[in-house]
Amino acid sequence: MDINVAQLFQTINLNVIMPEIILSVLGMALLLVNVFIPSKSKTYLVWLSLIGIVLAGFTTVTGWGSNITSFNGSVVQDNFAMFFKIIFLVAAGLAVLISDQYVEREECNYGELYPIILFTTVGMMLMASGTDLMTLFLGLELMSISLYVLAGFNRANVKSNEAGMKYFLLGAFSTGFLLYGMALVYGVTGTTRVAKIAEIVSGMPSAAGNTMLLIGMFLLLVGFLFKIAAAPFHMWTPDVYEGAPTPMTAFMSAGPKAAGFAALLRLLLVAFPALKPEWSDLLWILAVLTMTIGNFTALRQDNIKRMLAYSSIAHAGYALVGLTAANSTGTSGILFYMLSYAFMNIGAFAVIILVGKKGEPNGTVMDFAGLGRKHPLLAVTMSLFLFSLAGMPPTAGFIGKFYLFSGAIQEGYIWLAIIGVMNSAASVYYYLRVMVFMYFKPAEEEFDWVTVSAPVALSLAVSAAGTLIPGVIPSMILQYAQQAVKFF
Amino acid sequence: MDNLNSYLILSAVLFSIGTIGVLTRKNAIVVFMCIELMLNAVNLTFVAFSRHLGNLDGQIFVFFIMTVAAAEAAVGLAMFIAFFNNRESIDIDDANIMKW
Repeated sequence: MDINVAQLFQTINLNVIMPEIILSVLGMALLLVNVFIPSKSKTYLVWLSLIGIVLAGFTTVTGWGSNITSFNGSVVQDNFAMFFKIIFLVAAGLAVLISDQYVEREECNYGELYPIILFTTVGMMLMASGTDLMTLFLGLELMSISLYVLAGFNRANVKSNEAGMKYFLLGAFSTGFLLYGMALVYGVTGTTRVAKIAEIVSGMPSAAGNTMLLIGMFLLLVGFLFKIAAAPFHMWTPDVYEGAPTPMTAFMSAGPKAAGFAALLRLLLVAFPALKPEWSDLLWILAVLTMTIGNFTALRQDNIKRMLAYSSIAHAGYALVGLTAANSTGTSGILFYMLSYAFMNIGAFAVIILVGKKGEPNGTVMDFAGLGRKHPLLAVTMSLFLFSLAGMPPTAGFIGKFYLFSGAIQEGYIWLAIIGVMNSAASVYYYLRVMVFMYFKPAEEEFDWVTVSAPVALSLAVSAAGTLIPGVIPSMILQYAQQAVKFF
Repeated sequence: MDNLNSYLILSAVLFSIGTIGVLTRKNAIVVFMCIELMLNAVNLTFVAFSRHLGNLDGQIFVFFIMTVAAAEAAVGLAMFIAFFNNRESIDIDDANIMKW
């Protein structure tokens, strides 16, 4: 058996996974460099990771418009994957920037943090570009295992331990279901390639009557719905988000959620479009459940991280509305929304980091009392993020929700859109509550002067721009999102 | 050799035992063992299908699952040790600081 090397390199096109390669190599290099950097100057790692992230971003952007498969069809470089890669890089870049000040204050300044964030990003990228169940699984696990570490990163802190352990046990549990689903789908179709699964499923005379295929598909969905924190698989979210170090909570709520949607979109719209009547009914119910449970539980939360955890569940629900619609407006709405959500949510968490004190003794909404008087600029920035999360114009959050709901209306899901809008209206209460505290309540105790380090200031500026500009000129981002979903 | 069904039933039973174990056991390490049982049930399914279909993809998948499970075990056990250091217990009922 002789192997033609030139031919081999044609099937293995490394350019397709160049961003992943850059981040993996950089991550491993940083693990080594970290040993030689004294713990006082770990900020260098922030800038080094940022350079790598920007570089990966450039390699991603230059490939825009191409559609190349590699590794014998198990990884693809298309607009869809590239749009999501940009979302992940944005989330990772902002997370890296806001981490430094926090880990220094909480005395868990271990340099491994940055490589692990990079590895998580590689995992998410593989989830977005994987076109084989194996690649999807490996990407998911690379992401999840790194996230377990990030959730339990502050190892001296009991809350962080607890968050890591809960996330680990429930995450591994959900992986079991995901894999069983993959096994059954493989058993029915005899292949793990997404495109071939689609071919075989649509060629089946009665795919909807094939119980094993249906069970397999639903188990697969369970695995990914767990990652995006959709009800009823959302139980882990509040505890993990509250216990994890705040910058990691921010990262976790933006990146992995988008990665879950990337995988769901590719599986449902490429592999199982033939079964749409089956899964769209289920997603309809789940979207309503997720929005309602998220919003109405968030109403009662005093702890701000927990409140944003429930709000992130609700946001997964809004995005599920777009997935239920499954038309180009809805799916491009998901892409747009996930990008804006990364900006606005990480921005909000950055302010929480700044306002919080060491050990975060309570971390409640009341801590924000008096912020408007003492730090007007910080309060205005926070208000912008909260307005966007609540979905008010002229912010990106409004445009995103507008497209998600109008996608649902185009497909005739009028009630779904109405429930979504009502939920969105209810959510205004708990976002505005924070603002009421910021502007109308006096501080209970004297505010310590909040110091804003350079990386955090940069991340705040970037997230504010990313929340505001797409809200004013939506077409700037939206045209790319529409190009990205064209192949569905 | 075509008693695919008996292999599938066996793996479904193993998977269910694992699931029930995760839901009922209290010791984090036992819970983790139950999760491993679920993963191995999946492996059995993959191998059975692979053999039945005469297609190697399923067996390659099993290699990846085993590798990932090993990585997961390393992270998980480290997490349990960190928890034990702070709480002197690995009972999942003791993971109760955060409640709504």
